[in-house]
Amino acid sequence: MTFSCTKRALAVLITCTLLSLPYGCNGEAPHKPNAGATILPPNKPDNGPQAYPDDVPSNLPVFSMDYPRIQIPFEITLWMLLASFAKIGFHVYHKITIWVPESCLLISIGLIVGAIMHSVHEEPPAVLSSNVFFLYMLPPIVLDSGYFMPTRPFFENVGTVLWFAVVGTLWNSIGIGMSLFAICHIEAFGVQDINLQENLLFAAIISAVDPVAVLNVFEDISVNEQLYIVVFGECFFNDAVTVVLYSMFTFVAEMEVVEPEDVFLGVARFFVVGLGGMGFGVLFGFVAAFTTRFTSKVREIEPLFIFMFSYLAYLVAELFAISSIMAIVCCALTMKYYVEENVSQRSCTTIRHVVKMLGSISETLIFFFLGVVTITTEHEWNWGYILFTLLFTFLWRGLGVLVLTQIINPFRTIPFNMKDQFGLAYGGLRGAISFALAFTLPDSIGRKQLFVTATIAVILFTVFLQGISIRPLIEFINVRRTNRDIETINVEIHSRLMEHTMAGIEDLCGQWSHFYWKDKFMKFNNRILRRVLIRDNRAESSIVALYKKLELQNAMEILDTVSGDISAAPSLVSLQEEKKESAKPKKTFMTEDLKNMHKLLSKNMYKIRQRTVAFTSKHALPNDNQPREILMRRHASIRRSLSTGSFQSTIPKSQKYFSLPSGQSLGSKYPSVRQSYADDHETMSEVAYPTRRSRFNQPKRSSSGAMMPLHRLGTLKEVPSTDVLNESQSGSFSKDHGKPRTGSSYRDSRSPTHRRHFDPPVDNNNSPADDLRNEDEAEEEQERRRQHREALRPPPSWAAEPGDDMPRNPLLRRPQWNPKN
Amino acid sequence: MGSSRSSLSLVPDGQQLLQETGFSAAHLLRLHERFRFLDKHGRGHLRSEDLEAELSLNPIGDRIVGAFFQPGQEAVDFPSFVRVLAHFRPMEKNRTCAAVQPERANSRNRKLKFAFQLYDRDRDGKISRTELLQVLREMLGLQVTEEQLQSIAERGIQEADLDRDDAICFDEFRKSLEKVNIDQKMSVRFLE
Repeated sequence: MTFSCTKRALAVLITCTLLSLPYGCNGEAPHKPNAGATILPPNKPDNGPQAYPDDVPSNLPVFSMDYPRIQIPFEITLWMLLASFAKIGFHVYHKITIWVPESCLLISIGLIVGAIMHSVHEEPPAVLSSNVFFLYMLPPIVLDSGYFMPTRPFFENVGTVLWFAVVGTLWNSIGIGMSLFAICHIEAFGVQDINLQENLLFAAIISAVDPVAVLNVFEDISVNEQLYIVVFGECFFNDAVTVVLYSMFTFVAEMEVVEPEDVFLGVARFFVVGLGGMGFGVLFGFVAAFTTRFTSKVREIEPLFIFMFSYLAYLVAELFAISSIMAIVCCALTMKYYVEENVSQRSCTTIRHVVKMLGSISETLIFFFLGVVTITTEHEWNWGYILFTLLFTFLWRGLGVLVLTQIINPFRTIPFNMKDQFGLAYGGLRGAISFALAFTLPDSIGRKQLFVTATIAVILFTVFLQGISIRPLIEFINVRRTNRDIETINVEIHSRLMEHTMAGIEDLCGQWSHFYWKDKFMKFNNRILRRVLIRDNRAESSIVALYKKLELQNAMEILDTVSGDISAAPSLVSLQEEKKESAKPKKTFMTEDLKNMHKLLSKNMYKIRQRTVAFTSKHALPNDNQPREILMRRHASIRRSLSTGSFQSTIPKSQKYFSLPSGQSLGSKYPSVRQSYADDHETMSEVAYPTRRSRFNQPKRSSSGAMMPLHRLGTLKEVPSTDVLNESQSGSFSKDHGKPRTGSSYRDSRSPTHRRHFDPPVDNNNSPADDLRNEDEAEEEQERRRQHREALRPPPSWAAEPGDDMPRNPLLRRPQWNPKN
Repeated sequence: MGSSRSSLSLVPDGQQLLQETGFSAAHLLRLHERFRFLDKHGRGHLRSEDLEAELSLNPIGDRIVGAFFQPGQEAVDFPSFVRVLAHFRPMEKNRTCAAVQPERANSRNRKLKFAFQLYDRDRDGKISRTELLQVLREMLGLQVTEEQLQSIAERGIQEADLDRDDAICFDEFRKSLEKVNIDQKMSVRFLE
């Protein structure tokens, strides 16, 4: 390991020196816009920086170099690569990243590179000029955080978040500004020329909290949700305050006298900034969601809309000088919910991946440049001022958290205890935003260099000291943790019940708190918003989504144990669907397992959107089984073609509950109106639901024997989802008689009992005898397979063979279901 | 506080309720006002229609209302009203003499019991599959198909049912929720 460390270090160093080369060439190559565009060799002017003299060369140059043309993109790419190599390098010895947050490591590497560059007297690229930072580097980070913000805890705590963000930042700024102004009077420090406005301005810069590193730690040790979401949310919303204060104080710092009306205007401006940002964000979010409603034919560019609209929101907010961070966060929040329903699975994955990637690279670059610039700028160091700044930063943050928590705790359902408060206070790191703001200070401020130096000092101090120490401290004081493994259906159901109960109790008591508003919003959402913004409006409750997800996981586990080679499965796809290429050998073993899998997947679970992600790691995507999901889609499409479950999609309810009258085939009931629960279009729409219905048809149909004459298969008129193959539907139905039997999902253990019960009821009905025989054979086959599979690994949640007192016979069970016919 | 103490006498069983439920006097007064407001006909007790009027939009409104009434009871008076609501007070942090006092109304256990009874309408001490299914149907309603409901209910039973009796008894219910912060989910900040 040490070898690779040194190798990487070596690589980094070499890259650095390579980077400095172009800088050396800088001064000598005037920018030649048409350097590469000339046509005739004899007339070609200089190609390279100093390669050719000015007179016309006599021969065609075989090898030429034209650096200035590619300079800018080239350097950008190299810097990005360098920063990414650094990131790779850290994980070589992975224990480092546990103890030292990545931001610290990046800054350190930046410091080294900066030192190197300084020693060769090169200037770093002007990345941290205001435009580049605020227009290109900041939006991806904010989009990343906003897109993956856990919405439910956020909205439950929105009051607290805003309280801390707004009031807290104000408190910090004014407190620090005032106290710094106070010490400015002390002659020993030599900073008497800084007046109050400038101090306040500096304080506004310093109080912008940026807890990136802390969030990583919080996630790693799973602190309780409340703390996490407050810290997380605070860093966004304090932007509104910071922007206002910054612009206000900048303006004011250049004025001589401050009028009271300016303060009033400042407050008004704050509201404009904050609410305007939110308004723009929400507006763009809705427009984006609406657009994705129509993108079903252009799936390839779907992710583009997301990015473009978010970026547009950001830019428009910047145009009006309102809080662009809030705009983009609100845009992402609004958009995400609807977009993820409209957009295809692949696009959804792409979006998430790209958002994470952009955010990650942006963050990396920023910290990297922080290190570089630290070395290469001119500093003005003033011990007194800087030390006191540090002191006051801590002091006011701690005081602020204390006081604010006392005030807001009575309004919270779960008050913050002292440990939470400590976590809040200690987690107030400063970061990139302060840095950039410091750099964009107008030059009219006399002591700009001092401010820049002080900002850098505070940032480095907080990031290194607090960043490194927060983890052991939090673990030591044992902050309340949260348990993330609450992914059982029961919990979801009961939680939902409790929410409804709470809303009801609140109604009874005549008081409203967030349950009430949440309820109201959900109703509004379901009634209006979803209709407008979502393409096929099948409201999928989170219970169902979770259920599907869990089933999918189970299915995947079974798949894994049974067939270690998932990649062989696509051969079945090609076998069934394309029938042209079958690159991989077809194993008969796989067919059986595939059928088993069809059984499991007959509920068509591949349209799972993870909407209830409680935590997302800063550096990893929320558990994204992308290859599995894609696989599932393909399998599901086979399943639909093979499984008769699919044609049951339009079986009316009545059929389930009564045995089929003799001589009548279910086909004649097509496509009759589905009763009660499902919308009509549901049956025709996305395949999210259809085959699920087969599950409970299973017992019925088996009890009514092989009531499924095969000719019925052809009458299926299922509308496939847009990106699922359907060519083989009619063709392959005849292939697999056994499919009707396999609709049941995890009730494999019960199917044996089904079989036993079949024989008596079957005789009661007129069933085509051959079908029955076929089905029985297929059934036996399935039995064997099932038992084989059961022997391999009992699935945890399904192996529960229910007690025999409950009649497994579906015939007997039917009356309980109270069909609403 | 003097005025509230005197008006507390208007509240039936005021003092006793204070001790029993842990509400403050201000809470009780407010709840009493609310009770009188709900009691449109001035009967001094509430009937299920009065309560249901408030909860008409709630998917499980009738169950919540049912929870206020003991079996066979037709009317609920103020002390019973308050006792039920006491379940939803946030839990206190420090229970110094928890062992000595009788179990508080808002303890975790009692909250869970309340939720359990919302499912278990026939009060046989178990949540059967049908009961779970009914609740699911009420909550999910028009969004899902019957089969899906069945499957979900099925899975729910399977996950929680440890003694294989195909129903969830209270202990199993409690166990399935052991990692959930019930206090957060089932508490209402009562206004004064």
